[in-house]
Amino acid sequence: MAAAVELRGITKRFPGVVANDGVDFEAAEGEVHALLGENGAGKSTLSNILTGLYRPDDGQIHLYGRPVAFTSPREALEAGIGMVHQHFRLVPPFTVAENVILGDHRGEGKKFMVHPRRIERRVAELGERYRIAVDPRARVWQLSLGEQQRVEILKALYREARILILDEPTAVLTPQEAESLFATLRVMAEEGRTIVFISHKLHEVKAVSDRVTILRDGKTIATVETAAATPRSLAALMVGREVSGIERVGRELGIGDPVLETRGLRAEGDRGDEALKGVTLTLRSGEIVGIAGVAGNGQRELAETITGMRRPADGEIVVAGRRLRGGDAREAIRAGVAHVPEDRLHTGVAPSLSIASNVVLKTYREGDHTRGPLLSLRSIRDHAASLIRRYDVRGGGPDVPARQLSGGNLQKVVLAREFHGAPRVLVVASPTRGLDVAAIETVHRYIRQAAGGGVGVLLISEDLDEILALSDRVAVMYEGRIVDELAAGEATVEEIGLLMAGGGRA
Amino acid sequence: MIRIERRLEQPRWLTVAVPLGSLAGAFAVMTLVLLATHHSPGHTFWRLVVTGFGSTFALNSTFVSATPLLFTGLCAAVAFRMQLFNIGGEGQLYAGAIVGAAAGIVLGNHSGWLSVPAMIAAGAAAGAALALVPAVLRAFLSTNEIITSLMLNYVAALVLDYLIFDSLSYWRDTSSPSAKVFPQGKTLPDAASWPVAHLGGIQLPFGLLAGAVLAAAIFVLYSRTRFGFEVQVIGDSPRAAAYAGMRTRRKILAVMALSGAIAGLGGASQDGDFRHTLDPRGLTAAGYGYAGIVVAALARYNPFAVCLIAFLLGGLQNAGYALQGADFPSGLVGVMQGLILFSALGGELLVRYRVRFERRTQQAVRA
Repeated sequence: MAAAVELRGITKRFPGVVANDGVDFEAAEGEVHALLGENGAGKSTLSNILTGLYRPDDGQIHLYGRPVAFTSPREALEAGIGMVHQHFRLVPPFTVAENVILGDHRGEGKKFMVHPRRIERRVAELGERYRIAVDPRARVWQLSLGEQQRVEILKALYREARILILDEPTAVLTPQEAESLFATLRVMAEEGRTIVFISHKLHEVKAVSDRVTILRDGKTIATVETAAATPRSLAALMVGREVSGIERVGRELGIGDPVLETRGLRAEGDRGDEALKGVTLTLRSGEIVGIAGVAGNGQRELAETITGMRRPADGEIVVAGRRLRGGDAREAIRAGVAHVPEDRLHTGVAPSLSIASNVVLKTYREGDHTRGPLLSLRSIRDHAASLIRRYDVRGGGPDVPARQLSGGNLQKVVLAREFHGAPRVLVVASPTRGLDVAAIETVHRYIRQAAGGGVGVLLISEDLDEILALSDRVAVMYEGRIVDELAAGEATVEEIGLLMAGGGRA
Repeated sequence: MIRIERRLEQPRWLTVAVPLGSLAGAFAVMTLVLLATHHSPGHTFWRLVVTGFGSTFALNSTFVSATPLLFTGLCAAVAFRMQLFNIGGEGQLYAGAIVGAAAGIVLGNHSGWLSVPAMIAAGAAAGAALALVPAVLRAFLSTNEIITSLMLNYVAALVLDYLIFDSLSYWRDTSSPSAKVFPQGKTLPDAASWPVAHLGGIQLPFGLLAGAVLAAAIFVLYSRTRFGFEVQVIGDSPRAAAYAGMRTRRKILAVMALSGAIAGLGGASQDGDFRHTLDPRGLTAAGYGYAGIVVAALARYNPFAVCLIAFLLGGLQNAGYALQGADFPSGLVGVMQGLILFSALGGELLVRYRVRFERRTQQAVRA
């Protein structure tokens, strides 16, 4: 097997960090090669270098034995490198076919007049051949996230990419969709294409790849044959120590009275569609209830409606026996509903403001923080300093802007603030998305502690491992409804996956 | 190949070096322009400094030019801080001038202690009221305030013209025979003349002092109070503000009203400090409201920096009036002022972005 891609001694520095420090990487033709590493290990930087987005400060890139130096993403595309980003690069009002030719500077895409029929036919052919069929005339906004990902892959295939890089492709997929993606990747590899599969999920890496290269702290740690590795050995390489993996940790259950009840809750989504179609749910004090579901089935709207950020169209929200009017975040906060939002950087904090300001985002009107119309900046700073110590927030003092923190430390700031108000209900949405293993453990520990202290926790996550590791009860959402609830003991990934895909109970 | 990249960090020295450098660039280009038009660059620049800032008389004139810029600069800065783009400072200033003048005329010649505060209150209220129109539309209907506030400038300008030129309104002077032929506003009574502080030969208009105090008050409001905290959060991330339960709509109304009130105050100051009549020609020709946006941008929305920039731009404007004459066309003055503004704003871009020059071919060879 000839090396399709060979990177030697790639170094890329950013102010204050060395993102890639002499990275070596090599993938063969016809291979699915996994790139494994924690967040901040340098995987994204490496793929950005390979796709021409960044230029390395040092090191060489060889494609099929020839040296190359990309000065723009277009050159990488022309050299046959395709990339499926985690956040799709699609234009929602355009059709699938239009998106496929977008930015293509050869053939049909280059012409002044576009011939949609010809492109549509080609897209349909490709879709069939790789079993990722999507209607070429459908508008992208009408597609599910899984289908949008197919469009991204079709885009790469249409441009005859021989090397395809996928960045965390399963984050938006159900287990069943992920299985079918893996099958597609295998077909593509058998044709002689090279697949670089970026992930930090061990079982996926095991399931799909031929070889694995592990990055840690910007350095190449090892490249191993997947067949010879175990999830445990891979995890050890990835974090530099043995880890237990995410497993369910037993907890003293002190489940008490209901702290949150919703009855027939309905709400509109951002597009005016009905996102919640009557959600009835009970959460008791000390209990962790997991809400599983594929993104876009109403989980975000459920979290926003309960926390007052979205106005309910119908139904009731009762917190600790008191009925909320709804649609008023301040009312929900006062009733004791804490919220760790999905988008921590733009919703959970005001990114340009200091950590101190963000720590009092909800309490600046209260207690020692305020004197008349003035803020007591000293009291706020002291409070922030004490929370930074207690929650072990690293990367800056009270005056540092929140956006400078890493994802894990930012999440600690959000958690510190939300726990501090002694909440009754904690709504957490995707609390560990994008965090590394160590940070995930910390966040999970805090969530368990909160439940142990009598808070009712509503855990909304697309990560089934996380749901199963934490929840006492799992509710599955599909198309705006809770389709089923399972006790922690009887829930399995397969069963939940089937429910998430609208399959009904097996 | 030339690439423009966003800077990851903004080094501190750059924030000083770039404005100085871009000013030097502006003067370099101006030197060429002056040489091409057969003027002595050295002499012209010297006159620019002297007539802007070099004598008591020059300073007094500069203060007159700077006062309205201070108000409209603060007007823009206050709103822009919350990412609320009030482009309506121009119209809000007219509204303040109209209603402020009315207050001055109504109260007659009794007492300055009554007339001056009344004009201030009336001007501020008028500016705020006009600014509330786009504010309400934005808060409740999510209308783009840039467009609505801009359009209201034309409405306010037309009303201003109408009052003096197209009607026998309360503001129009109809007493003298010449006023029938050449329409003009009533002269305000003496009690409506705002006081002037004398420091040696230096004359500080009341409006200028009021504007400086206002700048300090705004600084405290935005950095030390709950109101300011909420404005900062909303300006940085509206979603975070909604998440924290802040009342965004109320804040939009309050900030726009404040912004409009400041511009309206600037309008009343035009009546009371300088013009002593409602002067549509003078006000519309000056374009204080739009210049205020430039002031706010150059000052990076910092109220103290607004004071400084208003002073410098006021001097530049004033020097321009002094420079132009038989041998120095006013168009050339405009070119010079434009060059300085252009390079100041262009330099701002350099603080945030950097330009990289690379040779494509060399790169490929090295690899």
